[in-house]
Amino acid sequence: MTAQATVHRSAGDPSGAMSLARRRTRAAWLFLAPTLVALAAVGLWPLARTVWLSLTDARLGQTGLARFVGLDNYRLLIGDPEWWNAVWNTLVFAVGSVAIETALGVVFALVMNARFRGRTLVRAAILVPWAIPLVVSGKMWAWMYNDLYGVVNAALIGVGLISAPVAWLADADLAMVAIIATDVWKTTPFMALLVLAALQMVPNDVYEAARLDGVSPVRVFFRITLPLIRPVLLVAIIFRTLDALRIFDLVYIMTSNSRQTATMSIFARRELVEFADVGYGSAASVLIFLIVGAVTLAYLRAARLRPEEAAR
Amino acid sequence: MSRILPAIGLYALACAIVVFALFPFAWAVISSLKTGAAIFDASPIPAEPSLRNYAAIFAEQPFGRTIVNSLVVGAGTVALSLVLALGAAYALGRVAFRGRGLLLMVILAVSMFPQVAVLSGMFELVTALGLYDTHAALIVSYLIFTLPFTTWVLTTFMRDLPKELEEAALVDGAGPLIIITRIFLPLMGPAIASTTLLAFLVAWNEFLFALTFTLTTNARTVPVAIALISGASQYEVPWGPLMAASVTVTLPMIALVLVFQRKIVSGLTAGAVKG
Repeated sequence: MTAQATVHRSAGDPSGAMSLARRRTRAAWLFLAPTLVALAAVGLWPLARTVWLSLTDARLGQTGLARFVGLDNYRLLIGDPEWWNAVWNTLVFAVGSVAIETALGVVFALVMNARFRGRTLVRAAILVPWAIPLVVSGKMWAWMYNDLYGVVNAALIGVGLISAPVAWLADADLAMVAIIATDVWKTTPFMALLVLAALQMVPNDVYEAARLDGVSPVRVFFRITLPLIRPVLLVAIIFRTLDALRIFDLVYIMTSNSRQTATMSIFARRELVEFADVGYGSAASVLIFLIVGAVTLAYLRAARLRPEEAAR
Repeated sequence: MSRILPAIGLYALACAIVVFALFPFAWAVISSLKTGAAIFDASPIPAEPSLRNYAAIFAEQPFGRTIVNSLVVGAGTVALSLVLALGAAYALGRVAFRGRGLLLMVILAVSMFPQVAVLSGMFELVTALGLYDTHAALIVSYLIFTLPFTTWVLTTFMRDLPKELEEAALVDGAGPLIIITRIFLPLMGPAIASTTLLAFLVAWNEFLFALTFTLTTNARTVPVAIALISGASQYEVPWGPLMAASVTVTLPMIALVLVFQRKIVSGLTAGAVKG
């Protein structure tokens, strides 16, 4: 077919196949250009501006008047306990939520991978939290956590676990626990679906052989299943960690700008928009970008440099 | 015995998962049907179920308008991403040129940017273009989320289409535009459907840009409107109408997701599983 096309072309065009390939490449760049321009405009350019603004004393709405101040914003940021508090909160949230979501996600996936009646119902039900907008999830859970009328307190008092209502979202430590629980509810389905897809690719005869050899299910899981789904699990954990490090919506909805639960993104947006301090807020944003980038690279390296995979 | 016990355990776990997944939404529905003082009572069945909360959000607040805004922004985001990504996918999936792999990685990297890291630059862009508090501000800024994955999914799909189709068209003298729209597009139903859904969900759910780039009901979308429903103090939050609003915007999403369950799951997992 290719030869035919070339012959057809070269009949009226002496430069022949070379020019066809070149024309295709030119067309490719032409069709690619709008996407590249759009991504440069909404991605690279704003990022570059944020980096520049972080080196100035820009105020919101008058960034044109900004003066270059060097690394002053970063120097202030490093000495700002509020910032470190936000970094700590983000780490607690990221480690807590991703760890629980991974463990629960694997359990959910194992259940959904088993053969039983009603399995499709479980798979459909698990998509519901995923479909609910994050803002709505935050409000729904905030209502359930309500100290006076919330169903969480009513249920816990009902079964005798607590004797008086707890102000879940007002207490510093409890608020973070409450936010993590909400995120776990919302995001475990994503984890479970990824793990389920990986489980379904494990050939059945592997389990069959293990069963015939009388290996206990727990050993089968840790010795056979887990190593086989590890690559997918790693990818899922990377995606979730990157998301968790950027968390904004849920925290903003459930505890607003409260310092007790403020994450890095909450801190940066508050400086940028509420305090109109674009220079300082941008410096925080750049640090978030660097932290997220460093974590991505670290994960990629860790995933690639495992000896057993290198040997493959 | 050794076979029955695990089966019971499995069913118990499955039931626990279903309850865990559905209870919060069910509770929101129950609460939204309670009016007056009944909402402060934690009983699972509303004594006098009424739709008054639903009527209230449309009568007392411009909730209808914010739903229209969200639909416009969602449709605009989907349309713009698809048009741009189709062209890009043709170039990246069908034409062998140098730097193709690098470009794909750069496009992927853009989707990894923390939203807040582009916030101040994006705010400048939006105001400089005169788009503040308009639908266009959100449609343009949402491209940073939707364009990378739309381009990736469509590229992967287009790359796997048979070579002969394109060559036959080339022989007939068709240009790339004809090849994309007349030959590839009709075959790409599944890929278009799953990217449309995922891009729409992203636009429908997005909060930070919507909160920052809109000011009035002119362009305010549903998540911002719901976030802004509040009372004079935290003890006066109108929980009934708030839950009614939450249920109203969530039901269509749940319906969409359940109807297109397969497409969404395959779209979500394709990248991770195939590596």
